[in-house]
This record gives sequence, C-alpha cells and structure tokens, in this order.
Amino acid sequence: MSYTVPKLTNYSAAALENAAAKCIRACADDAAAVRNEAELKAFRDRWIGRKNGVLTQINDLWLKGAPKDAKREAGIRVNEVKARIQELVEGARVGGDESVSAPAERVDISLPGVRRPIGAEHPVIKTTNEMVRVFQKLGYSVADGPVVETDYYNFEALNFPPNHPARDTQDTLFIAGQQAKPQRERLLLRTHTSPVQIRTMEKMRPPIRIVIPGTVHRNDPPDASHSPMFHQIEGLAVDTNITFGDLKGTLDHAMKEFFGSSVKTSFRPSFFPFTEPSAEMFVSCFICGGSGKRGTDNAPCRPCKQTGWIEILGCGMVDPNVFEFVKDNGYDPRKVSGFAFGMGADRIALLKYGVDDLQLFFNGDVRFLQQFA
Amino acid sequence: MKLSAQWIRDFVDLTVDNRRLAEDLTGVGIAVEGISGSGADTVFEMEIGTNRPDAMNHYGVAREAAAIYDLPLKHLSAVSSQPSAKSSHNAAFPITVEEPQLCPRFSARVIRGTKVKPSSEKIAHRLRLLDQRPISNAVDATNYVLWEMGKPTHVFDMDLLEGGKLIIRKAKNGEKLKTLDGVERTLTSDDLVVADAKRAVGLAGVMGGFDTMITGKTRNILIESAWWDPVTVRKTSRRHGIHTDASHRFERGADFESTVLSCDLVAALILESGGGELVGDVIDVVSRQIDLAPVVLRVSEVHRILGGSLETGEIFRILKKLGFTLIPEGQGDAQFRVQIPSWRLDVEREIDVIEEIARLHGYDKFGNTLPAFSGAVVELPHAAVDATLRTRALALGYNEAVSLTFISHADAELFSSASVLELENPLSGEARLMRTSMVPGMLEMLERNLNNGTQNVRLFEMGRIYEQLGGNPVEPRRMCLGATLAAVKGSLPVGEVLDVSKDEHAATAEAFRCFKGDVENLLAGFAYRELRFDRETTEYFHPGRSARALIDDRPVAWFGQIHPEVAKVTWEEIKAGAILRETGAGAVASPLRKQVLRGLRQEVFVAEIDLDRLHSVGLRQVRFRPLSAYPAVERDFSFVFPDKVEFEAMGRAVAELDIREIVEFKPVEIFRGGSIEPGHYSILLRAKLQSPEETLRDDVQIVDWCEKIIGALKRVKGVQRVGGGASAY
Ligand SMILES: [Zn+2]
Repeated sequence: MSYTVPKLTNYSAAALENAAAKCIRACADDAAAVRNEAELKAFRDRWIGRKNGVLTQINDLWLKGAPKDAKREAGIRVNEVKARIQELVEGARVGGDESVSAPAERVDISLPGVRRPIGAEHPVIKTTNEMVRVFQKLGYSVADGPVVETDYYNFEALNFPPNHPARDTQDTLFIAGQQAKPQRERLLLRTHTSPVQIRTMEKMRPPIRIVIPGTVHRNDPPDASHSPMFHQIEGLAVDTNITFGDLKGTLDHAMKEFFGSSVKTSFRPSFFPFTEPSAEMFVSCFICGGSGKRGTDNAPCRPCKQTGWIEILGCGMVDPNVFEFVKDNGYDPRKVSGFAFGMGADRIALLKYGVDDLQLFFNGDVRFLQQFA
Repeated sequence: MKLSAQWIRDFVDLTVDNRRLAEDLTGVGIAVEGISGSGADTVFEMEIGTNRPDAMNHYGVAREAAAIYDLPLKHLSAVSSQPSAKSSHNAAFPITVEEPQLCPRFSARVIRGTKVKPSSEKIAHRLRLLDQRPISNAVDATNYVLWEMGKPTHVFDMDLLEGGKLIIRKAKNGEKLKTLDGVERTLTSDDLVVADAKRAVGLAGVMGGFDTMITGKTRNILIESAWWDPVTVRKTSRRHGIHTDASHRFERGADFESTVLSCDLVAALILESGGGELVGDVIDVVSRQIDLAPVVLRVSEVHRILGGSLETGEIFRILKKLGFTLIPEGQGDAQFRVQIPSWRLDVEREIDVIEEIARLHGYDKFGNTLPAFSGAVVELPHAAVDATLRTRALALGYNEAVSLTFISHADAELFSSASVLELENPLSGEARLMRTSMVPGMLEMLERNLNNGTQNVRLFEMGRIYEQLGGNPVEPRRMCLGATLAAVKGSLPVGEVLDVSKDEHAATAEAFRCFKGDVENLLAGFAYRELRFDRETTEYFHPGRSARALIDDRPVAWFGQIHPEVAKVTWEEIKAGAILRETGAGAVASPLRKQVLRGLRQEVFVAEIDLDRLHSVGLRQVRFRPLSAYPAVERDFSFVFPDKVEFEAMGRAVAELDIREIVEFKPVEIFRGGSIEPGHYSILLRAKLQSPEETLRDDVQIVDWCEKIIGALKRVKGVQRVGGGASAY
C-alpha cells in the first residue's frame, strides 16, 4: 500500500528486473490485504486507475524517461509488469478466493480433525525391539528360553555354585513344592535372561552371535524404580578370537547406533559370576550431553545424578567355568573366547522417555500409553 | 558400606584429593558411590562386589590406592603387643578343634587385669563416622580392627568360660545358645559352635554368646580370631537369619594369614586403653593349611582375552603392586608362576589374574575393535506371526500393554482349568500363582482405566501363560485383546450399521459385530481354508454374546463380552434386563460373583488368541488373483426369518447352490419390531454376481440364479417379503 513508483536512473538489465520484481511483489501483497468491497475498489484505483494509477506512473517514469539505447529493454520490462499487474488486479477477491466465500461452501478448517484411534506401541517393547534390531544389524540372531527355569540354568551353569553369596543378589522367586528334587532341577523364575546363553550353546556350536530379549522376575516389591517383573536384553558372542576389545567395540558401536553417534561409553570393573573380566558400561548422559547440567539455568541433571554418565549394562568376557558346562559342544575355553552383556529394557525406556515411575509401564493406563502413539 | 577417607590415608601417603581418590578407586572396581562429610571426617559410601571381601576395610582399599598411584603401602603391625616378661600366669589356654575341615585355623590371645571402660575419643569417633555404635573399649577394639583390616574377631570374658578351655565342635541338635543380640537360639547339628567345657559360647563366625560377653566387670579377656569355612558360616547365618559384619566377611572368605595379626591388633588396643598384661604367647592352632595354589600366567593368554598388546613390564608392575609374586617360568618373559596373596581367595585361575591386570590397567585404555562375523541372522520362529498380529492390533487402535505375570488362586480357578505353578515365596497373597490366563490381568487394566475416567479403552497384550503339563512347566503363548463397550461402539462406521431396530438388543448385536471384526482382521493374515465361529466358549464369557473362532476346525480364539457376573455389573442393571436378556442370569448370585470382585463400570469385551496354534497355521502367502474384466451385478433379497435361524444357515444354503458366479453374499439390513411378527426378524440380503469370463445377462443366467437363491432361503424357513424395495426380489 505504501508502494511508490521509483524514478529510475540506472537502466541496466539487473536494475530493471529488480524494480519490476519489487513492483509486482508490492501489488501481490496489496491484493492479499483486500478485506471488503470498498478496499477492493481502492486497490483497483491505486494500481490501474487512469489518472494516477501505478501503471500510468510506470509508463511515465520508466518508459518515457529512459535513455534511447535502453528504450527497447525498458519497454519489454514495462509490458511484463503491466500484464502481471492486470492479472493480479483481475484476480483480486475479498478475503481471498470468491468461489468459497459463501458459507455453504466453506468449512472451518480450524476445527479439530476426526482422529481414528491408532494403537500405541508399549515403550518397553518398542525399546526392546529397537535394541534387538541394532544387534541384528551386527549379525546377531534372536534366541529365547523359558521363564520358569531350573536352578541349573539360572545359577549352576552360570558359575553360581550352590551356597554362594552371589546368589543372594538375585532375590529369586522360587516355585513351590520342589524340595524333593535335586537342587539343580528345582524350578524358579529366571532372574536374568542369561540361562538362554547356556541353552543356546547346548544347541548350537560356535561361532555364535545371539541377542536374547525376555521377561525376568525378582522378589522386589513394586515401587517407582522396582518391579517383580521386568525385561532384559542379553547378548552373547563366542568365536575363536573374541577379545575384551571386541566387547568394548561392539557395545560402543551399538550404543552409538541406539542413542546417537555423539554418545561415549566408559567401562568400569564389576563382578558377575559368569563373566571374567566383568564390567559395567556407562554411556555419556544423553539427556544433558555429559555436562551434568540441564537447560539455560544449569539445573542439576537428575538421570545421571550430575555425573554426566548413566549406567546402562553389565558385561564381560565369558568365564571359562561357563564354557566348561558346554565344552562337549565345541566350547573348549582354551580354544574359544566370548563376551556377554545384559541390560534392563525397562530402565532404558525410563531414561529415554523421562518416565518417573516404573509402575506406569505395567498398569495399562491408556492416558500413559497413548503418549507413545 | 561406609569407609573413612582419612583412615585410608593412614596407610598410604596420597597426594590426590578425596574426590579424585574416589573416582580412581571406582575406576578399578572399588566403587565409591557417594561422598559425605568433609576434611578429616570425609566418608566414602562404598559398593564392593561379593568377590572382594579383602577390600571391605580401610587397609584393603589403601592397598588398591597404593597400586593405582604406585605408592608404598605402610606395614600394618601391632607394636605394643609383646607379652609381659614378668607374666606369672600360665599362658596356655587349651583349645581343641574337633572339626579341622571347618575350622582350619584358630588363633587366640589372653589379657589379664585389664579394665573395661569407654573407648578413647579417637576410636569412638572413627567408629561413629562409619555408623558403628561404640560400646566399650574391648568390644570396640574388635570392631575397629574389623574395619581397619577386615578380619572379624571376638572377645570373651575369660572368667565366664567354664572349665578353662575352648572346643570347636558341631552343635548338638536342640542345643540352646543365647546370642549377643539377646535371642535364645535352638541349634542344629549342622551348626558349628565355639564351646567351653559345658555349653556353646558362640555361633562360629556369626555371633558370640550372650552369657560370656564382655561386661563392666570383666577383668580377663580371651581374644578369638579364627578362619571359618565359608559355606558353613553362610548356612548357619541363613538358618538363623543373622547377618553380621563378621558373617558377611567369613562367608566370602577371610585372609588366612591375618588371624594372629588381628589378635595382636585387638590386644594392643585393649592394653592401650584399659591396661593389663598380655599373658604368654599367641595361641595359634592350625589344623589345616588353606592352600592358595600358584597360578601359571601366559602372556599370550593375556593378549588372547584382552586384545591389544599389553607389555610384560606393565603386567609385572600391576601384579606386584597388588601383592602378587611373579616368578618367570621357562624361557623369556612368556610365562610366569604367580603366587597369590593370602587375602585374595577370589583369585584361583589364570583368568582371575588376567582380570586383575585389566582392572588396574584401566578398562577404558583398551582399544575398541569389532569382530568379523559371516553367519546368518536368524529370527525367532514365531517372530513373523507376532509382528503381523502386533501391527494389525496397533492399526486397529489397540494400545500395547504389559501386565504382571502373577494371579490369585480365585482368578486361576475362574479363568483356567490348567494345572498351576505356585510360588514358594510370593510377593503377596494375591500374587501366589503364575498366570494361567491373561484375562484377569486384562480385566484389571480395563477396570483401572474406567476408574480413571477413561471410557474408550482398547488394549492388547502378547505374552506367555504358565501351566504344568505332566509335572513339567510349559509356557503357551497368548494374545489378549480388551475393549470397553464405549470403544467398541465408537468404532462402528455410520454406513456399516446392519441392525436398524430401535431396541437395546440391536445396539448390543452391533457392538459384538464390531469386536468380532477386529478378531477377523487379526486372523485374516493367516493361511486358512475355512474360518468359522461357534458358541463354545468358557463360563467367564457372556453365553449369548461370545464366540469361538476355528481355523480349519481347530480353535484359535475365544472372544466376546465378559460375563456380567465377572464384570460385576450392578444388580439394578441386571434386573432391568438391559444387560442380560437372553440368558436370564442374575436370578441367583453365582459362586463366581463371590470369588472375583471386580468393579468394571462398563461392559467389556475380551478376546484370547492362541499364538501357538496360529503359529502352526502359518501366515498367508499372497498370490495374485486376476481381476475380472466383466462388471459385477448386485441383487437384494428381502426375507423374514424366525429368530432361531441365524445368518450362517442362510449363507450355507446359498453356498450349497455351488454357483461359482456368486462371489459375495451378505446381509445389509436387519430389523425387528414394527409390522414384523414377534420372534421373527426381517433381513435384507445382497448377492454379488460376477463371472471372470463374460458379462452376465439378466434375462438368462441372473434370473435363474436369483430363483435358486430364493429357493435356498425358503428351504431354511425364510419367508420372502413382498415389495421389499426397488432392487429387491
Ligand atoms: Zn545428565
């Protein structure tokens, strides 16, 4: 609306084109701003009015004032501008397109859409599937095993001797009525997915690469960070030349794939009866980026307890004692080596989605689940 | 477990600050989980693995610190514990070890003429820092030594030991012992005790006896420091439910060589504070050596396991700092004989030594590598079936849920006839059994949602149920769908309404059809010849509104509305007949109602699908069918049937005509009431006729087939309506 036709001093092709473009854009903006019939008339007069419309002015200022050698070029430009402005003026309508301005033809596009319900994937299963896929890409096959296990697979063959204090850490739920059986045949709820390592090695000769997602149970009363039932993802690689460096490299690669290429990993010594050396793996906090602080006000990062690191999994080189239990199937600890790792899918989902209560995963509350749709 | 930073510094001259010390200890697996206090009162909250009892004390952690920083570790000795030269008493205190296997070493010291009083402020302060309560100088001395160097000891009031001797023996069945905590315990012959001439005076390695404890009157003290069999201590500790700092260490393995030193350290502390004299020499009964066999360490094995190329010099330095002795074996530096220090009972094998090397070297210093692998990636056999069903359920608007795997006895009885697996130590009375059905969990989740005010609820869960079969546990796989009536009704598209009658029955029939459609959609992905439905369901389903789906005559799914008695719909609703018209249930309160108290505020629908059966059916392999080039013709038929004739009978009658060109036959409208005689309903049926070979001609083929269809419908008791609409016959 505030457009005034400039007087041209420079008649170069570029300057002409620039002036023409400015003029057309101004006209288009003006056309879009028309809200009623009165404004429409004013708009027309302003641009194509015979007396002092923009078109008349352009004719006077650009064409008549042009030096001789630029007359031809200026003429072509002015004609282009005229044609385009004519078009815009003819096409101008009150409030946009006239054809849909009648109420019967017009819908309120701001009303909420009808959303047919889409089911949401469970965050823990989604997390599990994503993690399993990472390892499948690395050549790992998927394996599983029973939830109701024997003492042998859950403990003995994993180098937890009977009456060993390490068993205390497992808070095992036992099946009733097993006293008459020998200890190794007694049934319990597996406390980890590690028994599937043994079951798989019994069935398959080396080399193997397996990833084992599964449900496990422990005698932990439910609260915000505990549940008697939860989910693990276990992994095992056995071959003739697997090293501790391979364990670190594989997990580092997998974590970068899962959490993003900027995360770093760090390994600290730990103890598990079925691995040696054993380690806990930490990833640099993917919430605060490892700084321990969040946001512009440097609030303390809770998930990593301000350390910049989050513990994700336990791992280690397969203990030779474990191989001894499956030695006959090609697992001679002098010839093969391997690594194993295990992580809590629920915990990773808690961290990934910032969920503050583990119980939300297991109560089927649609208000919670639909957040993942 | 708490440790004092200053106490650790007593044994090694560290230059790093406490924060750095904590980080570096954590880096070698001696985890400091938290730091509190400041200056000399700085306390580390430690997390020490069960395999490292040697590091559950200050000297042990100082040893690790000395190894990390390559600093000398100060010697631990009891300087003032020399026996008094002018001792006039008989030093000997006879000790008989009847169980040399379970008590390979028993050391003791005798102090006479001492005075029991409160500990010095230094000792008391240190104990308080670790949340230990100071009691008296003699008792505190044992506690102090335990925290200083890890060896549990015990002090007796020697004058209360009857017969002037100690016997290490198995307890007699039923023998009584009042332990220090004041509890009278009944022992078994599996318990190992320290006894005097008359009775047990201590539960070996777990807790001392009440009657022989140190009191203000005590003048003469016997200090005990033994090495107990870890398994025996663990069993006794568990049997009697006593977990002490002593039993915690003994069951993980104490330092065999520390019995005498710990006696001396305790004696020195008592003498320093309470005076008195040390009588005679240390008593040291060694009935059996705990042999820590040397381990052969091959440098090649270090490299095979750890990767990289750790230098022999570094290996040597690390192990030496941790107290290991290395003697080269054979030629060159390829192999060593490693002597294990007495405090490292956890190190028995070459791999254990390799772990020590890796730990001190620093895990993060090893390079990251990726192993090559050329094997195939194999999925679980049921993965494709699961993925198909899961994708379809999500697309149908069902939210994926996971519920706990435990159920109560009452639920197990109601929802399954399988033989159950019961837990020995359940978390609660309501969670005694492994679930034999996923339905109770689903109902609980539906109920919770309704109570939260969510009306439209659709959930599904895939998982296992747990049963016993011939005494063995089996874990059949199931899928369970649950939906509230509001959600089911809401999914009916306007154009799909079939029953246009103006009564409640029509609404229910339409709701059932919506839910059935979801089940059909799930099953449509499978390779079957025939999918059919019958009414053979279980008693927790509404008998009139539930069905069983069979694929090629094998049942694969059970679904429908949950029985109002199970859902616990209110009596008013039942009496009003709005809920239960066909069955008349609700006339009497059934036993089910008493067993399972649920408060579902809406009618709910549930489907159970047998994933194992579906897996054996297999997924449908898509084969292209040519599209007909000729137009399809639709013809409608308006009929009235008695209520007892269901659509299935009509469909079968038409199918039996065996006319290939009838490509579809379906109901399009149902109506009860109005001019229709009670007990009957009108139905508009539509046949779609199409040939793959030609355009069908109305005058010849179509008329003929329509007559046949009418005939078939009449044979199943249909009465054709006159004037049933423009295109209707
Ligand atoms: Zn953080």
